[in-house]
Amino acid sequence: MTTAQRSERPRMLVIEKITAEAKDTSSFWFTGDLKAKPGQFVMLWIPGTGLKPFGVSYQDDGRFAVTVRKIGTFTEKLFGMKAGDRLGVQGPYGRGFSGKGGRIVLVGGGYGAAPLSFLADELVREGKEVFFINGAATKDHVLYRERFKGGKVHMIYSTDDGSLGHRGFCTDCLTGLLSKHKIGRVFCCGPEMMLRKAFEICLEKDIPAEFSLERHLKCGFGVCGSCCLDGTGWRVCREGPVFALDDMKKIAEFGQYKRDASGRVVKI
Amino acid sequence: MSPDLSVNICKIKMKNPLVLASGILGVTKASLKHVAGNGAGAVTIKSVSRERREGHNPPIILTEGEVMMNAVGYSNPGLAGAKKEFSGLDEIPVPVIASIIGEDAAQFGYMARNFLTGEFSAVEIPLSCPHTPGFGILGGHGTPEATRDITKAVKRHAKMPVIVKLSANVQAIGEVAKAAEKAGADAINVTNAIGPGMVIDVRAKRPVLGFGFGGLSGPPIRPVAVRCVYDVYESVRIPVIGTGGVTTGEAAAEMLMAGASAVGVGSGVYYRGIDVFKKISDELLGFMREEGYSGIKDMVGIVHD
Ligand SMILES: Cc1cc2nc3c(=O)[nH]c(=O)nc-3n(C[C@H](O)[C@H](O)[C@H](O)COP(=O)(O)OP(=O)(O)OC[C@H]3O[C@@H](n4cnc5c(N)ncnc54)[C@H](O)[C@@H]3O)c2cc1C
Ligand SMILES: Cc1cc2nc3c(=O)[nH]c(=O)nc-3n(C[C@H](O)[C@H](O)[C@H](O)COP(=O)(O)O)c2cc1C
Ligand code: FES
Repeated sequence: MTTAQRSERPRMLVIEKITAEAKDTSSFWFTGDLKAKPGQFVMLWIPGTGLKPFGVSYQDDGRFAVTVRKIGTFTEKLFGMKAGDRLGVQGPYGRGFSGKGGRIVLVGGGYGAAPLSFLADELVREGKEVFFINGAATKDHVLYRERFKGGKVHMIYSTDDGSLGHRGFCTDCLTGLLSKHKIGRVFCCGPEMMLRKAFEICLEKDIPAEFSLERHLKCGFGVCGSCCLDGTGWRVCREGPVFALDDMKKIAEFGQYKRDASGRVVKI
Repeated sequence: MSPDLSVNICKIKMKNPLVLASGILGVTKASLKHVAGNGAGAVTIKSVSRERREGHNPPIILTEGEVMMNAVGYSNPGLAGAKKEFSGLDEIPVPVIASIIGEDAAQFGYMARNFLTGEFSAVEIPLSCPHTPGFGILGGHGTPEATRDITKAVKRHAKMPVIVKLSANVQAIGEVAKAAEKAGADAINVTNAIGPGMVIDVRAKRPVLGFGFGGLSGPPIRPVAVRCVYDVYESVRIPVIGTGGVTTGEAAAEMLMAGASAVGVGSGVYYRGIDVFKKISDELLGFMREEGYSGIKDMVGIVHD
């Protein structure tokens, strides 16, 4: 008996609207009941260009969005598109954040704030107290400044140049929070060096934590093997992208290296 | 007494007849270990070429219900990268089969001489990929002549059993299998992905796969694979590995009865999860108990007169 009857291929959806979030970063909105959990991702298809993973950043009332930073080939093409154009969407895929814990800290760096903001929405809906450490290069790069204004999420900003909030690493703010409050769980997404720092802090303070990892994904549904992690062989697209602290200890390549489209090892 | 699932095919000792097919996971040593931990009897690495290849542009795999289609395009880190990747294979608790590719007999020979180490239990040479220019079917490797030349070139350098992987696309598959056997092949694996096929997104007005077309795998190709195994079993004396669409214990039994001594599983990793090997083994064991088979050998080729 085979069970899976669904088809793993993109569905063409109309881009309902595109909203600017920060410098070179926009959210792309679609109509549809995605039924994603925070931390899960979709594969976006631009016919003729390629297929890439993006975390779900908004979801409610039969709509969802992804927040994308313009970085290279695929995202530049994406930023050339406008509302009314169509894009392929596949998923949602992967294992998201557990959402467990009472008082919660979210640590996001760059577009890592995207999946965490969807998680923040859900946690607030559940009535939990949420601290959101939102880090970026400069004030202009900080995501979602309007989104959480006047809301229930305690926003803490951190920028490399000090143009908004704390100056330096956003993980400094994590250390601060952990020493001041009793925290149930920490959820992190962002550049790997930031994740590594957050991991070490949570490990030392013995605080439950979860981390969303980024690797080269080709298929997104666990077949091609391009996203497998050393130490365990887990697939980022299937067993991840979110891993709990104890599992992170077993991922030998964490903070060290990853693999490119050919499977070649490249340093982080 | 519990039925015995173990097999011994051309000196590859396996605790069960299930082999991870090449190209499904298997890009890294850690991934092979993960699959072995989920019950595979042996594992095959993703095919390796001399030069590093990024493969075709994604989408590289899709499913359309029960059928899977792929055009991965042989992405791999190349000889040097793969050699580093696949060292220290004793960490993997089951036999590891290498898979090497080239565009002609000389390149296959080069790979056999320079890539293979004593850590591998066997080497497989796919002459049958349906969607990569210069390789397999598109490289003209599916003929009896090319099969003979490539098999000989690999045999000259490989100090281990050589498995020739064929395509169901070849009509006179028995003739190709005979050519491989005559050139010294130790086993035949049949089949690679078949077709190729094409799926078009009618809204995008474009094929979905980046490469346009791709090889079919998964449950719907099983009848084709079973027929090929049947034909090859009639044509040669060397053992056959039956691959194509196996996702259940009964499907594995069907392959064995058609003449396979071991069974490849690829797309099943998607259709039933990475523990598909454990599931199929358990089901096969149940089937053997029910039907009164004490070992795998009792089933191999049983449909032939
Ligand atoms: C699970 C998962 C979730 C993701 N979620 C999001 C998301 O929500 N939003 C989002 O914008 N992206 C996200 N990404 C990353 C995204 O999939 C692409 O990798 C990224 O957009 C770059 O694609 P590109 O083709 O535009 O750039 P490429 O052409 O691939 O890269 C161009 C250049 O930028 C560099 N580069 C690539 N990625 C990064 C990076 N992260 N930081 C700095 N430099 C980089 C490359 O080395 C290269 O030199 C996610 C990735 C994964 C695995
Ligand atoms: C995503 C994917 C990648 C593959 N890559 C290879 C490969 O690199 N080398 C090879 O010999 N066969 C490759 N194949 C073919 C499989 O090994 C197998 O022969 C085929 O999929 C049929 O078996 P299945 O129905 O159990 O998947 C690939 C198949 C798939 C689905
Ligand atoms: S992206 Fe293909 S297995 Fe994870």
